[in-house]
Amino acid sequence: MKKELICISCPQGCRLTAEYAADPAQAEVSGNRCPRGKTYAITELTDPRRVVTAVVPTTDSARPVLPVRTSEPFPKGKIAELLNELYKIKVTPPISLGEVIQKNALDTGIDIISAENRN
Amino acid sequence: MKNISCDVLVVGAGAAGLCAGSVTSKHGLDTIIIDREDQPGGILKQCIHNGFGLRYFKEELTGPEYACRVAKLAADAGAKIMTGTTAVEAKKNADGSFTFKVFSQKEKVCYISSKAVLFTTGCRERTRGNIITPGTRPAGVFTAGAAQKLLNISGYLPGKCAVIVGSGDIGLIMARRLKWCGIDVKAVVEIMRHPSGLTRNIVQCLDDFGIPLYLGHSVTNIYGKERVEAVDITPLADGKPDFSKTFKVDCDTLLFSVGLVPEVELAKQLEVKINPATGGAFVDDDYETTTPMVFASGNGLHVHDLVDFVSEESERAAGSICRRLSGAKNSDKVPVTVEKTLKYVVPTQATRGEKQSFYFRPLIVANKATLEARADGKIIKKRLIPFVRPAEMLEFELEIPAECKEMEFALTGGELL
Ligand SMILES: Cc1cc2nc3c(=O)[nH]c(=O)nc-3n(C[C@H](O)[C@H](O)[C@H](O)COP(=O)(O)OP(=O)(O)OC[C@H]3O[C@@H](n4cnc5c(N)ncnc54)[C@H](O)[C@@H]3O)c2cc1C
Ligand code: SF4
Repeated sequence: MKKELICISCPQGCRLTAEYAADPAQAEVSGNRCPRGKTYAITELTDPRRVVTAVVPTTDSARPVLPVRTSEPFPKGKIAELLNELYKIKVTPPISLGEVIQKNALDTGIDIISAENRN
Repeated sequence: MKNISCDVLVVGAGAAGLCAGSVTSKHGLDTIIIDREDQPGGILKQCIHNGFGLRYFKEELTGPEYACRVAKLAADAGAKIMTGTTAVEAKKNADGSFTFKVFSQKEKVCYISSKAVLFTTGCRERTRGNIITPGTRPAGVFTAGAAQKLLNISGYLPGKCAVIVGSGDIGLIMARRLKWCGIDVKAVVEIMRHPSGLTRNIVQCLDDFGIPLYLGHSVTNIYGKERVEAVDITPLADGKPDFSKTFKVDCDTLLFSVGLVPEVELAKQLEVKINPATGGAFVDDDYETTTPMVFASGNGLHVHDLVDFVSEESERAAGSICRRLSGAKNSDKVPVTVEKTLKYVVPTQATRGEKQSFYFRPLIVANKATLEARADGKIIKKRLIPFVRPAEMLEFELEIPAECKEMEFALTGGELL
């Protein structure tokens, strides 16, 4: 099998080619300008993930939403469900940069963290 | 009314202003950074997506995270950050210093005088008016940046079903953002034959969601009285719309992401000369404009696609301010120009015998092209660049030869747009 991919791990956007017999985890990857390209190609073929960013409502009317993110790339197939959960949260300042807003989201072991400081 | 004075006044507390201010403060210069917004960080505050800082912080951050870090750098270095403060007038005094009239929520009208000025005012979005789209003038038409602010700062949804005009990064990022908010995105329409945003954004913002990208198409009509109801999309043939192939798409929201222009209105009051190719000031390799002791960097100088370059450029500008205020001035400079394969180069004057970073915007698309540096017509350095497109700014480091009279850059081996 031969798959063409574009690495999204950094703005370079390398064009990758992944070749494998049966198991994508064993793919030979070319076209990557750094080792992260190989990791990306294999993850993308076996267990695609994305960093999810969103805003959640706050109780502070002057700054009504807080930007949040997943602590790591999140399984792509569960993003819609995650967003539904996130929009139900309401947070109350003070909140600091990196503070966990929701632990172990959807049992993935990945946390939702604050991307800003709020007093 | 209050008068304040300082060594360096930085206008704009985005990534550019905060990084520059941290350098001048650390150097011991009394630095004030003003911003009209209530919070520092500039445009980064509304760019809640990730993709910032891989080069500068060696970590992938979201916009607000990057903003928090650079705001902390500036504050820790001792820079005074005045938010809610808008500069409205600038003038040069007889003794060479500058005085700015500013409106601040706290002090009302106040005057700030300084020995040097750095403009880090960022950029403005082009609006529908700048590109003339026919049709009615209903509600539901936004610039992509305004919609981004509405969603990510104010927490309002701009509509239920959108069409996006322009494939620049802001438009692409907004396509995914709308999708993640449950808003349908029917199409992204781009007049050029090539997308104008980063490839990674085409992949993760359009392809991931199956959003169609119409290249070489244009929005030719907007329907709706009170609110947008639909638009006409027409393919272009030889640069002209082929109306026989027009199709109609229902939507209640239309976003325009049709380019950014440096904000230079205040700089013009100090007689700074503007480079028509960038829309920002002409600067030399000290990032000094044509008005002595007035400097510019970041998106207010030329539009960057990566904040990391904004930070690096601004630190360099700040380093020059420190040197210039201590009396040093290197006047052994040569003019730097570009061939028609490049839209512009920054800076346009560079010092002989010194190592410099140059920034370019290509005007070609190529899978491989060679960037050439020519001193008095002779190639002195070249670099193979794997993937060239106007959306991606190029950077090139070079030492200007000691005897050279003029420098020129060119890209060879690509298809001219
Ligand atoms: C939608 C979008 C997505 C992007 N995505 C990425 C990405 O994924 N990765 C990446 O690396 N980069 C990205 N960028 C680019 C990067 O964010 C910007 O280039 C950078 O943040 C610009 O910083 P700046 O300080 O030059 O300008 P700005 O952040 O615009 O700051 C300028 C500041 O000046 C203030 N100001 C202007 N005039 C006045 C005045 N008269 N008085 C007082 N204050 C004034 C403004 O209020 C503003 O806060 C993106 C940009 C946008 C718009
Ligand atoms: S392979 Fe490396 S350099 Fe290329 S896009 Fe991926 S992370 Fe960037």
